[in-house]
Amino acid sequence: MVTTARHGPALRRHHRFAAGDRVHVASRPVLGHCRTPWFLRGKNGIVVHVHGTYRNPEQLAYHRPGLPMQTLYKVRFRQTDVWKHYPGPHGDNIEVDVYEHWLEPADHA
Amino acid sequence: MHDHDQHHDDDHEHPHGAAHGHKDGHGHAHAPPQRDHDADPMTPYEVLEEALRTLLIEKGILTNQQISAAVDLMDSRSPALGAKVVAHAWADPAFKRRLLKDTRAALAELGIDIGAVAEFATVENTPKVHNVIVCTLCSCYPKMLLGIPPAWYKSRAYRARTVVDPRGVLKEFGVELPADVEVRVHDSTADLRYIVLPMRPKNTKGWSEEQLAGLVTRDCMIGTALPLEPRRAKAA
Repeated sequence: MVTTARHGPALRRHHRFAAGDRVHVASRPVLGHCRTPWFLRGKNGIVVHVHGTYRNPEQLAYHRPGLPMQTLYKVRFRQTDVWKHYPGPHGDNIEVDVYEHWLEPADHA
Repeated sequence: MHDHDQHHDDDHEHPHGAAHGHKDGHGHAHAPPQRDHDADPMTPYEVLEEALRTLLIEKGILTNQQISAAVDLMDSRSPALGAKVVAHAWADPAFKRRLLKDTRAALAELGIDIGAVAEFATVENTPKVHNVIVCTLCSCYPKMLLGIPPAWYKSRAYRARTVVDPRGVLKEFGVELPADVEVRVHDSTADLRYIVLPMRPKNTKGWSEEQLAGLVTRDCMIGTALPLEPRRAKAA
């Protein structure tokens, strides 16, 4: 059974990003299982929470161990940044959990 | 009913089963509206499920009893359980803080074990923020707290539209929010399952947790509804 961070071994000590950091979602293509929604590729957001470390689901899906573990972040995106024609007000947001290997510092994007 | 054209004869090639709706009263027995057993061949997914289950049992990895116990555990989870948690959080501010900070531990205090498959997080509605839960990639849902999700939650329409036009979706559920309230969509794509802690309705001072739980619907813990109003709940 897949275990969560609390129960998993080999916790990573270092998280690349912290709450408040601006991040950019990589727009690279992917083959197979992926948990980063397509509509976020290439978008900028802000880390609002560091959830901890989890086995990489892109490997788990194929019965591989999912190591090294990936830090999982809650990232907040402005809806008006994600959708060109977002019909709601500017203050609306969408928050998505994104694994570290999909994130880059926004300033270098 | 039929055009007398070249296609007419083709109609008689159709098998006469429950689905045929033409030429009533022409003498042959109709199939009952609902058959009392499944006579259709198994779908590929049914074959896969049976093959996998049979193998797991044959190899001694699982027993039928364990599978039944897992089904029973799932059946024991329903929105009533979530409503109890919400009502407790409304009644006990210290518990609410713990629930928001560490949902797993707070639920354990109430004897609710959410298992090891996924982590849980609680998001709080405030006068400034209204939260809505969706899973765009599949249909992740806090099953260990709310039970089996409603069919619409798993539909492509809900999953696709909630991220693009959450206010439009909410409006169809009967929830219209002013523009100065932030609508915050949570797409539970990964290892966390989310539950919304709605705002406690006004005019519920002195209510027992049991009474409060009666205001908490499944949908208000998904974020597609607000809790029932005290007057409506009493009338119901």
